[in-house]
Amino acid sequence: MLAELPILSLLIWGPVLGGVWVLYAGDRQEETVKTLALMISVVTFLLSTLLYKDFDITTHEMQFVEFAYWIEAFNINYYLGIDGIAMPLIILTTFITVLVILAGWEVIEKRISQYLAAFLIMEGLMIGVFSAVDAMLFYVFWEAMLIPMFLIIGIWGGPRRVYATIKFFLYTFLGSVFMLVAFLYLYSQSGTFNILELQDLPLEAGVQKLIFIAFLLAFAVKIPMWPVHTWLPDAHVEAPTGGSVILAAIMLKLGGYGFLRFSLPITPDASLYFDTAMIVLSLIAIVYIGFVALVQQDMKKLIAYSSISHMGFVTLGFFIGFSIYAATGSTEGAVFGLEGAMIQMISHGFISGALFLCVGIMYDRVHSREIKDYGGVVNTMPHFAAFMMLFAMANAGLPGTSGFVGEFVVIVSAYQANFWIAFLAALTLILGAAYTLWMYKRVIFGEVANDNVKHLKDINSRETFILSMLVIVVLVFGIYPAPLFDAMHPTLEHLFGQMLQSKVGQ
Amino acid sequence: MISITDIMTVAPEIFMLTMACLILVLDTFSNDPQRRLTYYLSQLTLVVTAVLVSQLSPEQTAYAFGNSYIDDGMATVLKEGVFIIGFFAFLYSHEYLKEHGWLKGEYFVLGLFAILGEMILISAYSLLTVYLGLELLSLSLYAMVAMHRKSTAASEAAMKYFVLGAMASGMLLYGMSMIYGVTGSLQLETIATTIENDTSNILLVFGLVFVLVGIAFKLGAVPFHMWVPDVYQGSPTCVTLFLASAPKLAAFAMAMRLLVDGLQPMLDNWQQMLIILSILSMATGNIVAISQTNIKRMLAYSAIAHIGFLLLGLLSGTASGYAGSMFYVIIYALMSMGAFGMVILLGRKDFEADELAHFKGLSDRSPWFAFMMLILMFSMAGVPPFLGFWAKWFVLKELVDAGFVWLAATAVFFSIIGVYYYLHVIKLMYFDKADSMTAIKASKQMRFALSVNGLALLILGLMPGALLAICISVMSIAA
Repeated sequence: MLAELPILSLLIWGPVLGGVWVLYAGDRQEETVKTLALMISVVTFLLSTLLYKDFDITTHEMQFVEFAYWIEAFNINYYLGIDGIAMPLIILTTFITVLVILAGWEVIEKRISQYLAAFLIMEGLMIGVFSAVDAMLFYVFWEAMLIPMFLIIGIWGGPRRVYATIKFFLYTFLGSVFMLVAFLYLYSQSGTFNILELQDLPLEAGVQKLIFIAFLLAFAVKIPMWPVHTWLPDAHVEAPTGGSVILAAIMLKLGGYGFLRFSLPITPDASLYFDTAMIVLSLIAIVYIGFVALVQQDMKKLIAYSSISHMGFVTLGFFIGFSIYAATGSTEGAVFGLEGAMIQMISHGFISGALFLCVGIMYDRVHSREIKDYGGVVNTMPHFAAFMMLFAMANAGLPGTSGFVGEFVVIVSAYQANFWIAFLAALTLILGAAYTLWMYKRVIFGEVANDNVKHLKDINSRETFILSMLVIVVLVFGIYPAPLFDAMHPTLEHLFGQMLQSKVGQ
Repeated sequence: MISITDIMTVAPEIFMLTMACLILVLDTFSNDPQRRLTYYLSQLTLVVTAVLVSQLSPEQTAYAFGNSYIDDGMATVLKEGVFIIGFFAFLYSHEYLKEHGWLKGEYFVLGLFAILGEMILISAYSLLTVYLGLELLSLSLYAMVAMHRKSTAASEAAMKYFVLGAMASGMLLYGMSMIYGVTGSLQLETIATTIENDTSNILLVFGLVFVLVGIAFKLGAVPFHMWVPDVYQGSPTCVTLFLASAPKLAAFAMAMRLLVDGLQPMLDNWQQMLIILSILSMATGNIVAISQTNIKRMLAYSAIAHIGFLLLGLLSGTASGYAGSMFYVIIYALMSMGAFGMVILLGRKDFEADELAHFKGLSDRSPWFAFMMLILMFSMAGVPPFLGFWAKWFVLKELVDAGFVWLAATAVFFSIIGVYYYLHVIKLMYFDKADSMTAIKASKQMRFALSVNGLALLILGLMPGALLAICISVMSIAA
């Protein structure tokens, strides 16, 4: 009976309408509004677990498909469905949103109902992005999502919030509009916006390159890749904690998702043509941005740069497949690389989210993000220090945590292609450990630095709960990532098949 | 010979004319400072004419008065658009004029005449009818701009508008005379068939250039846009609202009639010219709007940029491209009306909320109307899910289909620049603190109308199918 439910639609519109309800309830009864928002997000999360329960891991086909005509004149349809790439990301979204709502519980002082509503509406829109099978539907969700994020950073952000949020909006908008032109071109060639049909559309090499670049503008800005990453540190630093968590944990993943859904299958020949360039850009992100992270004074900025560096792994895993296949002749290794990149995305969602929450917890108490304002936090916040230790280790890629799995798999696959690529990528294990643990040492260990730190209170039960949830997932996926691999394998295998299938001259 | 079918075809126009004259007479006997009778009669006239137009709209295209008047699907849709917009514009204006204390009956009479001019322009099918409709529209608008005699800014605006408008009309007439000289006919249909094999005639090209200048002036496309910012800023806000919305529909119809119905064989010529006009308009409008501090002036430059976008659909030269432009102009008129409506809403006696700074902290003063303005701004910027996105989308799609991918890329590039100043308004409303927390004083009707206007952009943005289908169907019949 449950299979009959339009689960995806409920997941999209439930939070959106819930957000409207929260807005309508207003700020008068704060507790009620907060509880209401929490209930909505928890129900959404529970509903999304059904996706995992009923997911068929033997096929790459779209599942939970819903179809309705939307704009018939142009063959634009309300077409939803998920495969092995989208399913984990949707559950990640619903999970993180619950934590973000909890994280804003006592911290947000003004316009609480608008704050909660913005996150709920954004949750629905992000799920929409992951489940759209129609390119226009995808685009509408993709752009609409910018609006709540723009407001979140701008209203509840730090001192330079206006600069940061306008930069964020313009950067991402810049990327996406060219993607729109690419969609329109594909439509003029094929008469459809159905992504699955577009994936089979033959395209000439020159055209593919232009389309690839248009897609790249959209996704490279979002993920973000060096050199279009500069909006991210600004946005992260100025955003409220919840905003940073959503940005790092989910929004960046949209870029990676875009590569898998559009760039690689729709323009495989161009992807092959540009793969060296993409690998070089990824390595620059991994190594250079790793060094940049090392010198940051601001904790949030440091984690932001660390995110960019980790996302370099994701793009490396996506585009290394061609060279692996060329070197070994087997698709197994290449698919393994893609899987590593996907695991890295999911795991980074948990870990970076957790680190931003940790910084948020300290910021709420001291109102500073500067590393130099801290020191010796372990003396006053021992429990917190223990939690943060684990997340810092996970960020550095410690075996046993989910951070290790993705990085390890990508490095192992890269090794099959080229030793030096693997070598440079592996540097991140050193750099990541250096910048994360050095920050950890300066903030947490040592003598109590000042009065602020002296008067710190350890985390309360709400904060403990949030961090514990994250600890569980980080450890579970670190020790037993097999369910993720199983869920993604058929889809990614199929995807790699599409990547090898030349579309030129068909 | 004038036949009964001719009369039936123009029955809505005749009704409108009769009512306008009647209201003018009745108004002189009215002592009511609120001018209720005048106002309600004017609104009633609009409603009845709208019903007449929809009831009398023929299944097939109808011609009247020896092919100088046409009633087709495009005319019906655009006229209905004009009535809806006119209705809202009168409502906002009535509030504004009451509040600012110079409510005069002539305002509504002139408004009705302007709308009559728009109707004639929309249905015009010969050079003479085009000119007739245009002048009726323009002269009413000049008078409306000048109506607030005490305001020097308004007088200046009226003067500029009149002088430049007269010059543009002269250009248009000059161009028309050349076309008449070559073809020997005023009927657009005859012109089209006559020049079919004669498109390289130099006199014809000259004629086209002058006609295009006239059209570009009326639309406000660069480099014939100089009047737009001054007139928008100088006019009383209700007049700005009036002339920034419905007349654009009429100007679009004029472009369609002259260029597509009359000079379609010269597509290659006017396509090139429109490309230049359009790129210049998008560039100038979007870039100059950034530095404005007055919201009416900012919206004026934004209008110029939107006109640039509108021309893109026209120049693609296909029936669906024209449908895209038509869709765009209707939506633009809706958005522009809403934005000026917001300026009226925030104003009160002896105070015009026409500086951007007046929008500071609006979300604290009135979360609901800040949200409406947010919808309007994002819609103008072309961000989904609002209706403005689909307008841009449709035009871009037609450009790409017609093979102008580079032009589409240019257009989206300029719209990114445009996003900045719309975001700036949202920044002022949501991120800044209000200078004063004065409560918003506006009547229920005003609040209701603005909410309908804003929500329409959201709801139609989620469900744009029907409106799109209408635009496509009337254009494919026309073509």
